Amino acid sequence: MNSNHTSVNSPRRYYIVMWSMAVVMVMLFVACLVFGSVDIPLGDVLGSLTGGEVSRATSRVIVLETRLPMACTAMLAGAALSIAGLLMQTTFDNPLAGPSILGISTGSSLGVAIVMLALGGSIGGVLGSSLSALIGALLGAGVIMLVLLAFSSIVKNSVMLLIIGIMVSHLASSAISLLNFFSTQEGVHSYVIWGLGNFSGVTLERLPIFAILVIASVLLSMMLVKPLNALLLGARYAENLGVNIRGTRNRLLVLSGILTAVVTAFCGPIGFIGLIVPHIARLSLRSSNHIVLLPATALAGAVVALLCTLISVVPSASGIIPINAITPIIGVPIIIYIIVNRKRIAYFN
Amino acid sequence: MLISTKPMAAVNDILSTQNLAVGYRNGKQENCVLCDLQLTLRQGELVCLLGSNGIGKSTLLRTLSGVQRPLSGTVMLNGRDLADYTKRQLSQLISIVYTDRTLAGALTVRELVSLGRHPYTGFFGRLDSEDEQVVADAMITMGIAHKAGCHVATLSDGERQKAMIARALAQETPIILLDEPTAFLDVASRIETMKCLHRLAVEKNKAILLSSHDVSQSLALANRLWLLRSDRKMVQGVTEDLVLGGQLDRLFDGRQVQFDSMVGDFVALADVRQSVALDCADELLRHWIVNALAREGYVVATDAAIKITATSSTVIVVDNKAVNSISAMIGYLSTMA
Repeated sequence: MNSNHTSVNSPRRYYIVMWSMAVVMVMLFVACLVFGSVDIPLGDVLGSLTGGEVSRATSRVIVLETRLPMACTAMLAGAALSIAGLLMQTTFDNPLAGPSILGISTGSSLGVAIVMLALGGSIGGVLGSSLSALIGALLGAGVIMLVLLAFSSIVKNSVMLLIIGIMVSHLASSAISLLNFFSTQEGVHSYVIWGLGNFSGVTLERLPIFAILVIASVLLSMMLVKPLNALLLGARYAENLGVNIRGTRNRLLVLSGILTAVVTAFCGPIGFIGLIVPHIARLSLRSSNHIVLLPATALAGAVVALLCTLISVVPSASGIIPINAITPIIGVPIIIYIIVNRKRIAYFN
Repeated sequence: MLISTKPMAAVNDILSTQNLAVGYRNGKQENCVLCDLQLTLRQGELVCLLGSNGIGKSTLLRTLSGVQRPLSGTVMLNGRDLADYTKRQLSQLISIVYTDRTLAGALTVRELVSLGRHPYTGFFGRLDSEDEQVVADAMITMGIAHKAGCHVATLSDGERQKAMIARALAQETPIILLDEPTAFLDVASRIETMKCLHRLAVEKNKAILLSSHDVSQSLALANRLWLLRSDRKMVQGVTEDLVLGGQLDRLFDGRQVQFDSMVGDFVALADVRQSVALDCADELLRHWIVNALAREGYVVATDAAIKITATSSTVIVVDNKAVNSISAMIGYLSTMA
């Protein structure tokens, strides 16, 4: 049929977007290995990765022990947060939903704060990667999810639900403040550092468990593309199409909660990525069909997180800039652009 | 010998209700919106559900579609209780068109219509060639095939509604329920949509039930009417029987409107000040003179004191005074008062 050529979101557009994002991702990945407190020549980077010759022995250690885990963590965390954001935006029927806006990140932070400050677990060590912090984050996210779920059956209006999320997030923040107030100085210091967000806390030994958790959750969310597409029409239409609304919604919220909690436990509460990346993916694909949108969101999330990581290591003398100081600089202009232009953006109409 | 020209399927009651009560449960309290309904919906017919705002049309549609449980009584679908069907089975028997705004703006029309295939597709919702054909046919039937590759966001309200109906068609259900499908449409789109639905009922042997506020279009195209009177009693029957039986008059009891059986629509209750006698042979001219008189508060009666004789729209005589337009006629009448 001829009309295929006039289609606004042809498969061709999908392949162009995916391939260009993949190329950018590889370039950023390599850049993250090259640049840092010491710039390592590309040859040494490749030598370290392949086990070949390197001009300085320390280069191999830096690349393999520090930069490779950081770049991998950034990609995984970016993809995970972005998918979580997309799932929430579709579930809540609201393009401005996201892990940090709905208070899931804050819930995870509270869980981690209880573990780190109140129970005194693993202070001073590699904080984010400890198992107790992970469990704390999962429980914290779970509690916020349950609260949102309970309210979502009472409050149908998604904007109101969003505001409830923000309010609950403030409650969690106040609990965190109280914990900080009654905690030791070192405890507060390490918690504040964790709260600034960074991708360098995951060591090479911890990376596999982080990767498995993220990849498994992303694959599980791929299984839900069909009900996700039906939900674009709203819950009432989806139900008429035979979708089990309650079950699907629960599965989506649990998945996005796990994705957010895992990243928060390992990297701290990272803002904005989950909110903006689904928009970047939709705008570049010009489609909200989840079959193409979900993979594109994962890829775009990895790209954005790598970009933030690269920016964070640029002022090499004073160490790594906190990730949460960078994400708003990228995120806020995009959100404002989207809000200003929402009448001309197809997926708002 | 009796010769039936109608196909047998046309008299098949696909959906029926026995002593159905619809409404809301609030704890132990039951709020019955509509009670004791005995309704039938047949394949091959377009039924319009008419009634005032808030009388329970949407509640009834939700109950008939199985989204909401009845307070009491049963809805029978193909001779089986609606409650006994699974969600998936129902999705292949009843499709619904709402007026809700959706977040589907960045889907193409084809993708939107393809969502109607959900009950039939596999895990990832991929369409096979048969599904593709059904989707293409649905778009052709609703006359939006030329928009297949366009974003839903770029459609006009009328086109969007056609796309949503095409989606319901792609669902290939014998029953289609529509909740005020013409609510936000202009007159042309309203008529087109209604014509299309009527054609679907007849040609594809669908049972189509729609709620509407558009009385004149409903009277013109519905095979049968379900009238929800202001006393919450339901009257159903063939359109013309109900009109001539005076049932339409009961639709808005106690409101400032009355049903004009000649026009086939509701008009404002006349605010009669005076009566006039009208002598006019031309039916069109007579109709519009009566229209102007009614608006100004005059009712036409044979033995009235004021006599109007009209031969054309420019030759009108009011009590021996000749005027050359309807506007002048109204002006002169007001000076007489």
